Amino acid sequence: MRTHRKTAVWSLALSALLALVVTVSAGIGPVWIPPVDVTQVLLNALVVPTAVELSGPAVDVTTRPVFRFRVSPIQQQIVMGIRLPRILLGAVVGFALAAAGTIMQGIFRNPMADPSIIGVSSGAAVGAVGFIVVGGTLPFGLGLRGAAFAGALVAAFGVYLIATEGGRTPVATLLLAGVAVQTFLGAVVSFLLLNAGESIRRALFWLMGHLKGAAWPDVWSSLVLVAIPFALLLVYARDLNVMLLGEEDAQSLGIEVERTKRILLALSSLATAAGVAVAGIIGFVGLIVPHVMRLLVGPDHRVLLPTSALAGASFLVATDTLARSGSAEVPVGIVTAALGAPFFLYLLRQREVHEL
Amino acid sequence: MSDQRPGHGGEPIPMLSAEDVSVSLGGTEILSDVSLTAECGSVVGLVGPNGAGKTTTLRVLRATLSPDSGTVRVAGDRIDGLSSKQVSQRVASTPQATTLSFEFTVRQTVEMGRTPHLGRFDRVDSGDRETVRAAMERADVARFADRPVTSLSGGERQRVLLARALAQETPVLLLDEPTSNLDINHAVNTLELVADLAREGKTAVAAIHDLNLAARYCDQLVLLADGAVRAAGEPREVLQAATLRDAFDAETLVTGQPGTCAPLVTALPDREPVDRTVHVAGTGGQAAAAVARLVAAGAAVSVGVVPAGDAAAERARELDCPVVTVPPFAGVDDGSRQRATELARAADAVVAAGDVGDANESVVAAADRVVAVAGEGVPTVQSTRTTVATVEALPEAVAGLAPTDDGAAPPRRVESQEQQDR
Repeated sequence: MRTHRKTAVWSLALSALLALVVTVSAGIGPVWIPPVDVTQVLLNALVVPTAVELSGPAVDVTTRPVFRFRVSPIQQQIVMGIRLPRILLGAVVGFALAAAGTIMQGIFRNPMADPSIIGVSSGAAVGAVGFIVVGGTLPFGLGLRGAAFAGALVAAFGVYLIATEGGRTPVATLLLAGVAVQTFLGAVVSFLLLNAGESIRRALFWLMGHLKGAAWPDVWSSLVLVAIPFALLLVYARDLNVMLLGEEDAQSLGIEVERTKRILLALSSLATAAGVAVAGIIGFVGLIVPHVMRLLVGPDHRVLLPTSALAGASFLVATDTLARSGSAEVPVGIVTAALGAPFFLYLLRQREVHEL
Repeated sequence: MSDQRPGHGGEPIPMLSAEDVSVSLGGTEILSDVSLTAECGSVVGLVGPNGAGKTTTLRVLRATLSPDSGTVRVAGDRIDGLSSKQVSQRVASTPQATTLSFEFTVRQTVEMGRTPHLGRFDRVDSGDRETVRAAMERADVARFADRPVTSLSGGERQRVLLARALAQETPVLLLDEPTSNLDINHAVNTLELVADLAREGKTAVAAIHDLNLAARYCDQLVLLADGAVRAAGEPREVLQAATLRDAFDAETLVTGQPGTCAPLVTALPDREPVDRTVHVAGTGGQAAAAVARLVAAGAAVSVGVVPAGDAAAERARELDCPVVTVPPFAGVDDGSRQRATELARAADAVVAAGDVGDANESVVAAADRVVAVAGEGVPTVQSTRTTVATVEALPEAVAGLAPTDDGAAPPRRVESQEQQDR
């Protein structure tokens, strides 16, 4: 119960923070909208289903708004049509990266592990830059995001296969294979950029990570791709705690270490890929947010995983707001790194984060 | 102990057994044909030099390492046929060193011992919490329950890991050097706890570095060296100077632990053995010390005349030295005096130690050379033949004497030095 209450209290507090950050962020932009108005617009969007009708193959759900505040249609359009998709996409991506970072740091028992440690981001970069530079069409109607997503999964799976021998995947081997593959894929990206010509600007912009041009379908698809692995990861939180004792100890406590590692790697790579595919490479969220939350709530993943994810969502929404509120938009990846790195160094000196 | 178990006809099934287990790691054979059994309710100690394969044996027994050949059984079931979870419900283990670097509290760490009993969607309930609390009490870590494990000393962490194993509530307990970081008080308490658990019906296998602690707390010992079992059985059968020399490549002196019936092993420094025959005349603790010192140094020692039950007589008996005893308080008969005198005459030197007594004066007088042990009441027999030395310096004092060429030496009990040929 104690653990459960702690999880609930922290999650509620961080959800409230996220709601606050989202509301404030939705007011910020070329047109300032006061938080009260934003709140009214957001509340108006809340609906409850009133009837479900099965008409042939389709399911018709009739809904009814809960609130009917009087809002200006322009503010309504700005918040709901332009700002909110981007903000929510940022929240989903931050949520995914922080959750995946937490898991990777646990699996590798290494504070320097991040969501891309087994090559997810590099694979996505090759997929995306390749798509931008080479152009053309992909099967199944995959666009830029599909190419990035596919590249991410192929790279992660490749690293896993390289590091696995006889059914065992030692994390040390996995780490080194990840570094080697990332270096190789980095070379591929550099080569593609050399031959990018006109499209180099677009490719670079993608590589730096941004949430520009987000639309509602992106929000829904990435939400699904992040929520499902995340829910499964929560189920494995206790196993991951035991894995922190070391793999041999974990096995003697009844954890099927190799299988658990495989599942955790797959789920967190999937969540990361979903995030990276829509937002490009955004560094430091998955590294620093789990760190900070571990200092605040301790190492128990049953508490740490949900709180890190929620904090990551708030962090990315806040940094993206900064990124888009200047006179010229800056890729959010630059902002997260510029804010995250000094803060990380501060923690390193202050709290002596020499061990996790 | 273990033989008090009711056996319903035929052999009782051992709780834990390994048969002909061989393990190679990286092309090097770590274990070769290791077999051992642990009966229900017994403590089995794995002893042996560093690198003998004790930890590897424990890894095989807890199924975190599968052997190249051989089988391990828990309560009759082959361990390789069980899932991790099933093994963890039967066998709990404490590792030698765990990197407890994440800041879990002691309670959280011990609670992880409940993992084998929790289903995927189960939560820790009040019963689990009570088990955790009791385990922390028994391992004496309850008072730091809410401190992070990273803030504890090595010995305290070791006890936390023991508590975690207890929380697992398994019939079998494997302990890898459970006392290596503990002070003497906690080392003894930990092993007392293990002995108590065995009395309650658990079966424990422990790799223990300290031979004397192992001898005192284990019902059975398995001596490993170079990955093979060199001896197995009760402590007094296993801990013998010849066996230990073979396994550890070291000279030891095996006597009895005061206050218990367990053997006491004292390791001795590597020195040239003193190639002399010595007769010790005298009684009491000092004479006993002289006998031990000389035997340890490699001398062939005989003793007499001493009253039966005297410290010197006991020590001589433990060390297989020829000894002439007489019943206590009965005076010395001529036959005994005669035999002792012959031993003294045959020896290169006679050592007068402790209370020599009237009876032994003729024994001392028969000797060509006398070394008197410095201390209370000694130089009653001083003469030109006599040198004086402390107990510590006895081997040097004896070795410094020129050998005599008369008489046959008493039977030497020093074994050949074959271990030095390797």
